[in-house]
Amino acid sequence: MAVTRRQFMKVSAASLAASSVGALGFVGAGDVLAAGVRPFKLERATETRNACPYCAVACGVLIYSLGDKSKNAKSSIIHVEGDPDHPVNRGTLCARGAASLGYIHSANRLKYPMHRKPGSDKFERVSWDFALDRIVKLMKEDRDKNFIAKNRDGVTVNRWLSTGFFGGSSLSNEAGYLTYKFVRATGILGFEDQARI
Amino acid sequence: MATLQSLDIRRRSASTEAPPQIRQQALQVAKLIDVSKCIGCKACQAACLEWNDLKQEIGYTDGTYNNPTDLTPASWTVMRFTEYEHGDDLEWLIRKDGCMHCDDPGCLKACPAPGAIVQYTNGIVDFVSENCIGCGYCVKGCPFNVPRISKVDRKAYKCTLCVDRVSVGQAPACAKACPTQAIYFGSKDDMIVHAEKRVTDLKSRGFKNAGLYNPPGVGGTHVMYVLHHADRPSLYAGLPDDPRISPMVGFWKGVMKPISLAAIAFAGVFGFLHYITKGPNEVSEADQRKGDELAGGQTNSRGHS
Amino acid sequence: MTNSWNDIKNTDLVLIMGGNAAEAHPCGFKWVTEAKANNGAKLIVVDPRFTRSAAVADVYAPIRPGTDIAFLSGVMRYLLGNNKIHQEYVKAYTNASYIVKDGFAFNDGLFTGFDANRKVYTDRSSWDYELDDQGMAKVDETLQDPRCAINLLKTHVERYTPEMVERICGTPKAKFLQICEMIATTSVPDRTMTSMYALGWTQHTTGAQNIRSMAMIQLLLGNMGMPGGGVNALRGHSNVQGITDLALLSTSTPGYLVLPTDRETTYIDYMKSRAFKPLRPGQTSFWQNYEKFFVSQQKSFFGAAATKDNDWAYDYLPKFDTTYDVLKMVDMMAAGQMNGLFCQGLNIMLASPDKNKVVTGLTKLKWMVVIDPLETETARFWENHGEFNNVDTKSIQTEVIQLPASAYAEEEGSATNSSRVIMWHWKAADGPGESKSDMEIVSELHLRLRALYAKDGGAFPDPIVKTTWNYTRPHNPDPQEVLKEINGYALEDLPDPADPNRIMLRAGQLLPNFGVMRADGKTAGGMWIYTGVFTEAGNMSMRRDAADPTGLGIHPNWGFSWPANRRILYNRASADPDGKPWSEKKKYIWWSGSRWTGGDVPDYAPTIAPDKAVGPFIMNQEGTARLFARAAMPDGPFPEHYEPMDAYIANPLHPKVSTNPVVRVFAADAKSFGTPDKFPIVATSYRLAEHFHYWTKNVHDNAVLQPELFVEMGERLAKAKGIQNGDWVEVSSQRGAIKAKACVTKRIRPIMVDGKPCDVVGLPIHYGFVGFARKAHPMNVLTPSVGDASVNTPEYKAFLVDVKKTTPPAQPAVA
Repeated sequence: MAVTRRQFMKVSAASLAASSVGALGFVGAGDVLAAGVRPFKLERATETRNACPYCAVACGVLIYSLGDKSKNAKSSIIHVEGDPDHPVNRGTLCARGAASLGYIHSANRLKYPMHRKPGSDKFERVSWDFALDRIVKLMKEDRDKNFIAKNRDGVTVNRWLSTGFFGGSSLSNEAGYLTYKFVRATGILGFEDQARI
Repeated sequence: MATLQSLDIRRRSASTEAPPQIRQQALQVAKLIDVSKCIGCKACQAACLEWNDLKQEIGYTDGTYNNPTDLTPASWTVMRFTEYEHGDDLEWLIRKDGCMHCDDPGCLKACPAPGAIVQYTNGIVDFVSENCIGCGYCVKGCPFNVPRISKVDRKAYKCTLCVDRVSVGQAPACAKACPTQAIYFGSKDDMIVHAEKRVTDLKSRGFKNAGLYNPPGVGGTHVMYVLHHADRPSLYAGLPDDPRISPMVGFWKGVMKPISLAAIAFAGVFGFLHYITKGPNEVSEADQRKGDELAGGQTNSRGHS
Repeated sequence: MTNSWNDIKNTDLVLIMGGNAAEAHPCGFKWVTEAKANNGAKLIVVDPRFTRSAAVADVYAPIRPGTDIAFLSGVMRYLLGNNKIHQEYVKAYTNASYIVKDGFAFNDGLFTGFDANRKVYTDRSSWDYELDDQGMAKVDETLQDPRCAINLLKTHVERYTPEMVERICGTPKAKFLQICEMIATTSVPDRTMTSMYALGWTQHTTGAQNIRSMAMIQLLLGNMGMPGGGVNALRGHSNVQGITDLALLSTSTPGYLVLPTDRETTYIDYMKSRAFKPLRPGQTSFWQNYEKFFVSQQKSFFGAAATKDNDWAYDYLPKFDTTYDVLKMVDMMAAGQMNGLFCQGLNIMLASPDKNKVVTGLTKLKWMVVIDPLETETARFWENHGEFNNVDTKSIQTEVIQLPASAYAEEEGSATNSSRVIMWHWKAADGPGESKSDMEIVSELHLRLRALYAKDGGAFPDPIVKTTWNYTRPHNPDPQEVLKEINGYALEDLPDPADPNRIMLRAGQLLPNFGVMRADGKTAGGMWIYTGVFTEAGNMSMRRDAADPTGLGIHPNWGFSWPANRRILYNRASADPDGKPWSEKKKYIWWSGSRWTGGDVPDYAPTIAPDKAVGPFIMNQEGTARLFARAAMPDGPFPEHYEPMDAYIANPLHPKVSTNPVVRVFAADAKSFGTPDKFPIVATSYRLAEHFHYWTKNVHDNAVLQPELFVEMGERLAKAKGIQNGDWVEVSSQRGAIKAKACVTKRIRPIMVDGKPCDVVGLPIHYGFVGFARKAHPMNVLTPSVGDASVNTPEYKAFLVDVKKTTPPAQPAVA
């Protein structure tokens, strides 16, 4: 670290005057004795109970957000820390959980539906309606063409093997259950999550 | 609100005026770092970065688990990993490094900027950035080589012991996060009692030199360690065996201070006048060398493996 | 986990093997430090590397990756040979005394019934008990019969001497014996050991058998069902337990029910193979309730369209001919047999082994949909990132649609941790931009697909158009409404079985427990094991009473632990056959004289008296736990050491059957395995405390804490290869090569395997070409596309590589 005398002198010139002369009693003592402790930033932030999104310890977290959820205050998350009541983590978090604010606000969060055309070198923003309608059209085309109603022995098997679905193990139970119903009703057998990988 | 009243200040740097001394009953706080329980997960580092809104630059790996590889203006705590081999046995000693919050703080004593370093009545040593002049004397004054000076704003930074949290009755962010209670926070008395229990447990597991690190050379610290090998603190990535405030600081404080303060006052007034009349100052090479000698020492090599 | 995170504090000994809890689960690991600090517990870590868990262990022993069964079989040999087993427990609660069929044998690495052409055990009929004329298993309670399961086990493990363990595993004999002695101390009634494992055991071609070996040890020690005992899977994702329960798995349906196979042509066939008749007199055999759970589930899925006349919509379920697991799907993709793929929160390009094969597969798809909160390599597999992903973008014809999903903080719902505790979380803020919740995305897709089929018809539209989706807000259902459906409710008024004049439940009321489920279509319930989570008393997953009346870490009113709010599974075994706790110190549940009582919900019918001799392992037809697995595993009723597919040595036990004989190897991968002449170094993969899978490289602070891919190696290897700390190293396997920085460490210690020094290297899995961490070659370039014989978990933990010093990777011109 190169803090040079030259810089010291520059700083002293620019900013030292007020403070050091203060020490010599040139300004009111009370002004300089008050220490600038940073205000506690969660003072009236809204606290929401949630669970860490990473490993299966699933630590309880307190998420603090800007605003009190009133109509004209848009909630924005400012801090995450451990939930002291949670029997497993008792307020603690690991390096992942303690940094999870950075996941919530990661610059690599997806914000819009995107579409990459065959052969293209880029994603292009599309509307939700376009994306969802396109997906179900592609699904139906493939399913109608490749659905296997009966196997070679004539047994009814009602399966669809040419499309697969990898689900995520970080879904809530409710999202997982809806995913199960949606996928299995189509006859998809290639249906997995992280459980066995 | 989290602003401490002036009466809660025990000491302030470069000040001839003693702060009010009436509050003698304040709880002495301490953070106990139990190295024998530390798994080096860096939750403390993450919690520190997040709570203090610090943005450390993303670095590279140097082939060790030390990341960042040293304390920086934006990394107020880092884990230092040491592979300690003795005979057939291997120990991975992992020490959380950062400000020790000395009861007799060398940084504060060395600091020439009035009120840039304060010690609160609860024992926390804090840098008041508004008053910092970036001279680096705190670095020289620190027996643990902790403060770091930002190249961006030329101010010294280090762990505040989350004074903003402690002042509203919360534990520091690192202590709260620590998954294994390797960081414990409370009154200094309670931490010493807890440490005794931990030392007993470690001795029962064969660490006959286990003990508490609360070095008297700096008046004891408000960040203490439980070490398996308290007889050899330097095993832990160069933790000083017997830290003391540099004699240069003593000299500076004892003899030079009145002179220096006067000099600074002169420099301040003169500098200010000079600046507004003539523009930025120039300093001779000799002046700069002298300053570097005093401010140097923060690039000490630290054992990390 | 059979037990819970909090229960670990009750233990006397922790064995971390096949996992690295301090690194991967730091906040759960706290209960290990609590047991050490407050219960005098000792910690043993057995791992190829001296890990962060080892940093706080009392004893550490190295082991060569992929040799855990040899180690654990050696432990079993030690326990049996030195009579360090819990005799009474083993006799009463395991199948130790059961007489195994005469035809069963094990010779030269193979069990009876192997078909060398098909590479499966086609005839597993001998892997069973002798039955008497009542169809009950024959037993010899004196354990004298040489065909008793325990005697066969003794013979089986006799080969695993400490010398053989050292030869295979590289674990020094003295360390191994020290660990055996420590484990043996928990065979007494008032001491328990807990086993904590994760992917270090599952990600092998012998994965399921690794875990089974530990289960057998815990049974021999009497540590199952006990506080501070059990076999505890730590698990990866925040809701991997819930999503496994909910069966996002090829051949399963929610609650560990199974889809029909091609052979089960009718519903009658399907149910016939699920009769689960007791194998010992008077046993519970709880799976006899299978049909109640199945029919209730079909009623939840298909409502009025599932009737007795159409066999509860049996044909709406696909029948499977084989398992379409991750490896199988990737193989089909690479063979051009798939057209469409959804990746909902799963980054398959990094998550599946043999990255080059995965990319080939993705390239052959017509379309792919990615639903994720974050950018992933998978969504951008078509992007050229220089040597990190050197693809020809223009030639890739796969259409990709990427949908932004909201994340945990932005939605409410329940999730289930690895202790099986279901807990609710609340929404803190909206997601960024136009992101939507997974629930909304899936609902929109279902409703739009359903509308297309309703309008235009098509291939078998019935299950799609008749799926129940009658939520108040069908496009974005309320999670509480969905959890109610999972819990189940009465479809008609249900009379009280004890008093038919009394109505127990009115139509529409939520089911209080799975005991009231019916096979006649009068109850609905999406997943029986969660029944009780949302009753007329409210949403139990929201409970936040942290009280722990017994001090044993049970916390019975925090969330809801499936099944039936039970915190320790098999807890009936914590009491002796007379119903008394085995010891005062480990008192958990006991017979009060009229019912089972204690701090937890008994894993047992609460009023069955001990003199009825109903076994504690009620899910088994025998009522006892299995030292001998019958035909439940495809690769043998006893665990056996087989070398990883990238075999470092010829198996010293049976060199002709060196690797697991029934592992599925795809034709495309037949030549993808490495041999030690070309790849003489054993490699393993692992996770770091600073990162979570492939997510946190997108988080600035985590990228700060571990910025870059490295390869960890011992000093001996580094010296031999002229590699210094921080040098760039090329790591190559039969599948491909990558570059990583060298991390030269004393923590990978020299071991001797089969008489020669063995070098081990390790690579963290977390890096790729998307995110803020330094761009890197995905390390799954190196790993083999082959899985466990039982459940097809890829063999990420043991493979062969070579290393050499190299130049830094060229940084791509365009990000």
